[in-house]
Amino acid sequence: MTVPKTVLEGSEAVAEAVRQCKPGVIAAYPITPQTHVVETLARMIADGELDAEMIRVESEQSAMAACIGSQATGVRSYTATASQGLALMHEILFIASGMRLPIVMTVANRSLSAPLNIWNDQQDSIASRDSGWIQLYVEDAQEAYDTHIQAFRIAEEIHNPVMVCMDGFVVSHTYENVLIEEDSKVSEFLPEYKPLFSLNPKKPVTMGALGTPEYFVRFRKQQQDTLKKALETISKANEEFAKAFSRKYGNGLIETIGMEGAKHAIITMGSVTGTIREVAEEAGVGIIRVRSFRPFPAEEIRKACEGLESVGVIEKDISIGASGALYDEARSALYSLKNRPKVSGFIAGIGGRDITPSHILEIAKKIKEGEERTEWVM
Amino acid sequence: MEKLNEGAVVAEPGSSSRKKTGSWRTFRPVVTDKCVACGICVLHCPEPCIELKPSKDSKASSGKIAVIDYDYCKGCLICMNVCPHDAIRKEMER
Repeated sequence: MTVPKTVLEGSEAVAEAVRQCKPGVIAAYPITPQTHVVETLARMIADGELDAEMIRVESEQSAMAACIGSQATGVRSYTATASQGLALMHEILFIASGMRLPIVMTVANRSLSAPLNIWNDQQDSIASRDSGWIQLYVEDAQEAYDTHIQAFRIAEEIHNPVMVCMDGFVVSHTYENVLIEEDSKVSEFLPEYKPLFSLNPKKPVTMGALGTPEYFVRFRKQQQDTLKKALETISKANEEFAKAFSRKYGNGLIETIGMEGAKHAIITMGSVTGTIREVAEEAGVGIIRVRSFRPFPAEEIRKACEGLESVGVIEKDISIGASGALYDEARSALYSLKNRPKVSGFIAGIGGRDITPSHILEIAKKIKEGEERTEWVM
Repeated sequence: MEKLNEGAVVAEPGSSSRKKTGSWRTFRPVVTDKCVACGICVLHCPEPCIELKPSKDSKASSGKIAVIDYDYCKGCLICMNVCPHDAIRKEMER
């Protein structure tokens, strides 16, 4: 049976996916460019399309705290945020992951103030990369829809929260053809949520207890082991999704485009991949799109880069005082390659600055010169 | 090693009694043979983790000696400072 394609805004596509995953609680606070997601979900609840409790909280910190509370009682919980909102949640992100609550959150990527800027870059979620959450970066509205369905499954399988990062405006506010699957097929793909532990007066447990040093370190190590294991879980979810819906994204962790016989490649994340696809052939580069930034697929990146002469990393974030986060980690992953390619880093698209095909061609030219460099595309 | 639940969930009561807090110590108070089991240190220990216990090394008429529970002693050394018999010395933990 064919499912019709619908023209939807990226945010609406995400809301459709979330509706089909049937969370019991949605707690959110509006922030540009995420607002349309929860706005649509609120409408769905009001119209009786989704049976969920919408908690209108007073801040993003409260939104995440409310999700932790509801998820701890064994109820599938969801929230969405961006930028300052994610920054305000920062403290609580670690609590959600430390308590191993499989909350799913959409981040509509936006820059962080100051100066005040509502446009897209990926500084917000990159600044949360150490929080113990899985971070999946999507390229377009279809992948945003698909990845949310996968995200609930991944989160609940390994008991760890998942952040789905989509570029603000570029994905969140752009209308695209999106294939919306049937509700029943999504329910088949995503089994009912069965928590390992939940707050229940009939069987009391303590959550969020004190962890003295000798215990705390073991819990942190547990989280690290879980995220390493998640590499496999994410790949598997991508495969299973392909079986159910005939769409897949590389191996789930990275997607390689035009890498056969390539000598040079661009490593990147998110929607800018679309622009690079347009000119990759002309530019003479392959593309390695990182889909899972946490856990970081170092092994996959190494494999993809084996035999290359040079690679360039294009990213929309900067660890001020060091380098781009993706550049640092990709470069570190490649260090153990015997004949490692030259690695350059390009900070681009900061604060919504456009990345045009001409920029990509210019960057590709620089990559192919073979000299390692770190530059800004202003 | 005790198996840990994911997410630090404490699924059964009484876990506090299994938690040891002695690893915080910098100095370890050590009771020497000067101890007469007067019990002043027991009264002053803020944790409280000193007990007077029967011992063959005791010089006291009660046959007891002060015994420090190092699972909980934080090494504050109040015991050493209040001991009227100078019977407690300190050692650096390594």
